[in-house]
Order: sequence, then structure tokens, then C-alpha cells
Amino acid sequence: MKRSNEPIAWSLFGAGGMLLALIGPGLVFTTGFLLPFGEPVATWHAVDAFIAHPLGKLFLLAVIALPLYHTVHRLHHGLQELHVPLPHGLVALLCYGSATVLTIASASWLLVR
Amino acid sequence: MSDSIAIYVARYRPGEDDAPTEQRYDVPLSADLSVLEALNYIKDELDPTLSYRWSCRMAICGSCGVMIDGEPRLGCKTFLREFAGRGELHLRALDHFPVERDLVVDLEGFMGHLETVKPWMFHEAERPVAEGEYRQTPAELERYQQFSQCINCGLCYAACPQFGRDDSFLGPAALTLALRYNLDSRDEGSAERMPFLNADEGVWRCTFVGYCSEVCPKDVDPAAAVNRGKVASTINYGLNLLRLAGGKRDA
Ligand code: SF4
Ligand code: FES
Repeated sequence: MKRSNEPIAWSLFGAGGMLLALIGPGLVFTTGFLLPFGEPVATWHAVDAFIAHPLGKLFLLAVIALPLYHTVHRLHHGLQELHVPLPHGLVALLCYGSATVLTIASASWLLVR
Repeated sequence: MSDSIAIYVARYRPGEDDAPTEQRYDVPLSADLSVLEALNYIKDELDPTLSYRWSCRMAICGSCGVMIDGEPRLGCKTFLREFAGRGELHLRALDHFPVERDLVVDLEGFMGHLETVKPWMFHEAERPVAEGEYRQTPAELERYQQFSQCINCGLCYAACPQFGRDDSFLGPAALTLALRYNLDSRDEGSAERMPFLNADEGVWRCTFVGYCSEVCPKDVDPAAAVNRGKVASTINYGLNLLRLAGGKRDA
């Protein structure tokens, strides 16, 4: 039997799920309530400083990329389980491909900031 | 409680029927009558041509699995009183297995999967008997004991949508069995079994539906075992990458 490469997708899926479970609610609360209702100029500076710091960049990349992979992994297997008549390879390419493109886009944006 | 219950059994006689058809039998109802005993009653009193499997009558041999009202269950562990209110129940052969006749399915492929994972002890070197037994602490026993309770009834395969879709999937019981040996402190054969866990047909076909653990009559929790297998396989994958990076061969 051939070794599967699924551990890569599954690790990203697991990491994303774990991250969401741990800090998802806090993230929603911060970005949805704390930041929008804060004093605008001060908030802007705080967020800008956060993005400027390498650890801030790393944190943002993690909370963007990992949940993305988590979502597309679920979607990929969910579609299969619903017997959606699309070729397995194509669905995998679209799902993991789009997550990868968005990850690279976010990483590039964070780098030039 | 009314005094009889209608049992609809999916009959299939190869060479005679194109597809299974339900046949109704009325069986006298009593509170302590199991579905298996009802089948015995049908066979003895009503219709000697009915075929089904059984042996121990006490949830040990694992041979009496059937679909009872669409759920994979043991005939000997399910009682008619549960269905008394409705006055009827429906039986058919276990899902996802080829039907041989009536309620009897072909378990050849399932047995093959169990064998594939090499469910026996491996020792680097056989120890002379004079050196005594292989000893194990209660904690070491605890690690695998639950997974060793499987009676190979196949209910989890009838519950598994992935096995139903593609029966090359090694499936819940076989993967649990592999983990049972891998977790045993006396065994040295993990490396022999990992290639099967690592495959698409191994743990990676599983999408954690979890129905296998719900139907398991022995609380083996095969879904947990398979997902622990995923962790083991992921670690194995990482170690293999390191091996490859070190210029060694793919293991
Ligand atoms: S894991 Fe449970 S359901 Fe599956 S074969 Fe073993 S005893 Fe039966
Ligand atoms: S007859 Fe043995 S498990 Fe039911």
C-alpha cells in the first residue's frame, strides 16, 4: 500500500481547528467589538504597530492561513461525503489551491507592510 | 404488550431472487425474547428455509450481526420488547457486505482486512521459555485493553459510509486491531503495521463520522482508535521526511 500525503492536509486542518477553538471567540470579540468601538486613531496606531512587529505578522498569518486550511479540508471531505459528482482531484485542487493562494497573498501583504 | 410481533425479514435466495424481498413472520412476543431467539423460532416453527448466522447467544462470538430497523446490531443483544410498541420490526443482512443468502453476508473481505494489519505479536528475538513470561504493568495493559475487546462482528463496517463507498478501506475494526498491537508493550512489530495505517486505504480514508463507535456492541470505540492512528501516522510521516532529507530510503 502506498503512503498517503494526507498527513499534511490533516495537520493543517488540526492546527486550524485547535487555533480556532482556543482563540476563535476572542478573535471575533476583538475584531468585531473591541476594535470598531475603540477610539479610531489610537486603534489604528495599535493595529499598525501590531502588524509592523514580526511576531504580530506571524500571529496574523497563523490565524488567517490555518483556519483557511481547516475550512477547505472540511469542505473537500464534506463534498465527497455528500456524493457531489465532481472529480476528487479537482475538488482537492480547488480547495487546497485556493487556501494556498490566499495564504501566499496574505503572507506577501504582511511582508511588504 | 400485545401477544405477537410482526418481523419482516429481507429474504434473498441466490439463483432464485433478483433482489432481496421482505417476508413477514408473526412471532409470539415475550419480554425476554431476543431478535436472535425470534429468528430461531421462525426457523424451527415457521420456515426452515430461513438462513442467518449465530453461535454464542451472548454477544461474544460476533456472528449474529444484522440490520435491525436499519441499524447494525447484534441479534442476541437486541430484545423484541424494544419494538413492542410499534408491533413490527425489519431485519436485513448487514449493509456494505455482499449478501450470500437471507441474513448471511460474505465476510471474506472483512477477514482479509483484519489479516492485512498483521494482528499478532512480533519479537525481534524469541525469548527462551525458561526466561519466563512477558510481564506487563496494569498501566501497560490499560493502554490497549479497550481496543482488544473487539469480537469481529463487523457492525462497524455496516455503519461506515467510507467502507460502504469503497471496500478497499481497511475499516474500523482492522485499524483498531493494528493499534491494539502497536500499543502493546510486548510487541515489537509497529514498523510492520505502519505502512497499512499510513495508506489511503488505512486511517486516511476515515473522515471521523463516528457511527462505528455508536454501533459497536463492545464499546471498543473504533473511531477513537482510528483517529489515534492518524496521529501515529502523521508522526511517522514527519519522521519519514527527516529520513528522506537525510538521504535515506522512503520507509
Ligand atoms: S470494533 Fe466493535 S463493531 Fe467493530 S467489529 Fe469490533 S466489536 Fe464489532
Ligand atoms: S450469537 Fe454470538 S454474538 Fe450474537
